[in-house]
Amino acid sequence: MSKEKFITLKSTAVPLSIENIDTDQIIPARFLKATTREGFGENLFRDWRYNSDDTPKDFILNNGTYTGKILVAGKNFGCGSSREHAAWSIYDYGFRVVISSFFADIFKNNALNNALLPVQVSDEFLKKIFAAIEKNPATPITVDLSQQKVVLEDGSSESFDINAYKKTCLTNGYDDIDYLLSLRDEIRHFELVH
Amino acid sequence: MPQQKTLFDKIWDAHVVKSSEGHPDALYIDRHFIHEVTSPQAFDGLRKRGVKVFNPARTTATADHNVPTKDQHLPIKEALSRHQVETLRKNCAEFGVELYDLGHPYQGIVHIIGPELGLTLPGMTIVCGDSHTSTHGAFGNIAFGIGTSEVEQVLATQCVLQYRPKTMKIEVNGTLSKGVLAKDIILYIISKLSASGATGYFVEYAGDAIRNLSMEARMTICNMSIEMGARGGLIAPDETTFNYIKGRKFAPQGETFDRLVEQWRQLKSDDNAAYDLVLTFDAADIAPMITYGTNPGMGIKVTDRIPTVNELKDLSEQTSFSKSLEYMGLEPGSAILGKAVDYVFIGSCTNARIEDLRLVANMVQGKKKADNVEVWVVPGSKQVENQAREEGLDKIFEAAGFQLRQPGCSACLGMNEDKIPAGKYCISTSNRNFEGRQGPKSRTFLASPLSAAAAAITGKVTDVRSLV
Repeated sequence: MSKEKFITLKSTAVPLSIENIDTDQIIPARFLKATTREGFGENLFRDWRYNSDDTPKDFILNNGTYTGKILVAGKNFGCGSSREHAAWSIYDYGFRVVISSFFADIFKNNALNNALLPVQVSDEFLKKIFAAIEKNPATPITVDLSQQKVVLEDGSSESFDINAYKKTCLTNGYDDIDYLLSLRDEIRHFELVH
Repeated sequence: MPQQKTLFDKIWDAHVVKSSEGHPDALYIDRHFIHEVTSPQAFDGLRKRGVKVFNPARTTATADHNVPTKDQHLPIKEALSRHQVETLRKNCAEFGVELYDLGHPYQGIVHIIGPELGLTLPGMTIVCGDSHTSTHGAFGNIAFGIGTSEVEQVLATQCVLQYRPKTMKIEVNGTLSKGVLAKDIILYIISKLSASGATGYFVEYAGDAIRNLSMEARMTICNMSIEMGARGGLIAPDETTFNYIKGRKFAPQGETFDRLVEQWRQLKSDDNAAYDLVLTFDAADIAPMITYGTNPGMGIKVTDRIPTVNELKDLSEQTSFSKSLEYMGLEPGSAILGKAVDYVFIGSCTNARIEDLRLVANMVQGKKKADNVEVWVVPGSKQVENQAREEGLDKIFEAAGFQLRQPGCSACLGMNEDKIPAGKYCISTSNRNFEGRQGPKSRTFLASPLSAAAAAITGKVTDVRSLV
């Protein structure tokens, strides 16, 4: 099934300089009861965004100064539970890229399977991004998937890794199931001989 | 000499349907477990594509994450939870998948029922839309958690697309001290590696301290592999493994079983197999452990003091560390021993097997819980619950003032009504101490079933060695 295609994104970013953000923070378990993929953005970072009486807290997503389609977060982003709802909620909220210096494995796969691009940069470059946003919240960041590069307003840049297969999927809007379905005869054969 | 391979590589290689340059491997999956929370969107995907389940006999479903642990014979009160369980029922019926529904004698936490039913076997590839799928690796197989898009891949093709992870061997040698359990071993290892230290790796646990553990204890170890970032963990099968499997409901029986055991005996890493990383620990260094922070890497010996900011190995973690202690209401540098607790949770896929319940019952027999604590014992499965009653453990729990509930994930993640109230402390045998994990603003101390039982009796964090 085709997904949104990703080529290049130029956007302001929301900085979240916290490390080890686990998927329970991204979307708490009590909001996993839906049976569709849509609507999770409303509860993204629910307990950091809202008090128990639903009044907003002092949190970056409630601060109109920071907006954009890029989320920048501390290292080991997306650790913990395998819930794909975490990737869905970030995407549904409007983000298309998450930049961090380290991603948990399952989250990274889930993001890539949902047209949400995880971009891993060095600790130093991550610091530079945080500093640039702090200096000017309106600073644009460019994420160029074809060149595999993140470019800041001052022209400094860093390249990032992405597997060639996943890159093709993202730029063409393919998904893994399309590929696996094309292997069905080989899978049947494997079942017979094993 | 033929190429020396790790057990992980042997199992992986035997399951690759297609490997091509630039592509992740298409890995055949022998056993797929599903539950109500991470499967509905995958079934929806199949409908949209007009695809059937490729091999329904290889998928087994149960309801666990979202189910009440009281009055399971009644309809689920909460509308959204009820809808999710009903959706699972409908999907399993429509696509021909076996479901162990609420009330079924085989229902329970997905990672507890697989092994106890003999569905989990050595040499397999096993996946489930749940990160604690690593539990099954205790039987010498490759088991890992996946997202819902990947659940859809498995339903549609019995394969997942995966990159081969790096391999790590963790050896634990020597003899464990009295009062030290498998849970303490794994909390100790995670405290050394951090919550991200094994990301990108698949772990093989070895060494005589691991070899001497029961299957239940090995499952506890493999279960928490994900808490240091590893996709999974495995232990080479041996007589302990084969004895556990023998005679189980869906395990191969008779001559087939004997023949398979001969094959399973070959499932071990070659003597000179190369790992990307090898770590060695001494069992004698491990004491009863407890976590003080908001990720499972933040663990200490129960008799140690909470670190101060200056003692952190990585100074960049200062902000997260301070935020964490503030959330927990704990002072850097203070003792954790003697800290009063409000709740005790004995349950979850980490520690809710019959052996865990026996250990707890053995410790609390003839004793009563402290007045300031509420104690929930949530068995991992209907079979564990029935076994506990048969052995009279229910009477011991009742006399001690513990509540024996019905099986499910319960307060491990607080998706059902079993939530720890805001600000309250819970000593828990589960696997995650994340902010709000057990309920909004709840505070979790992760520990072994013995440490949890000890705290239930004294009402505070206790060194279990003072009671055994």
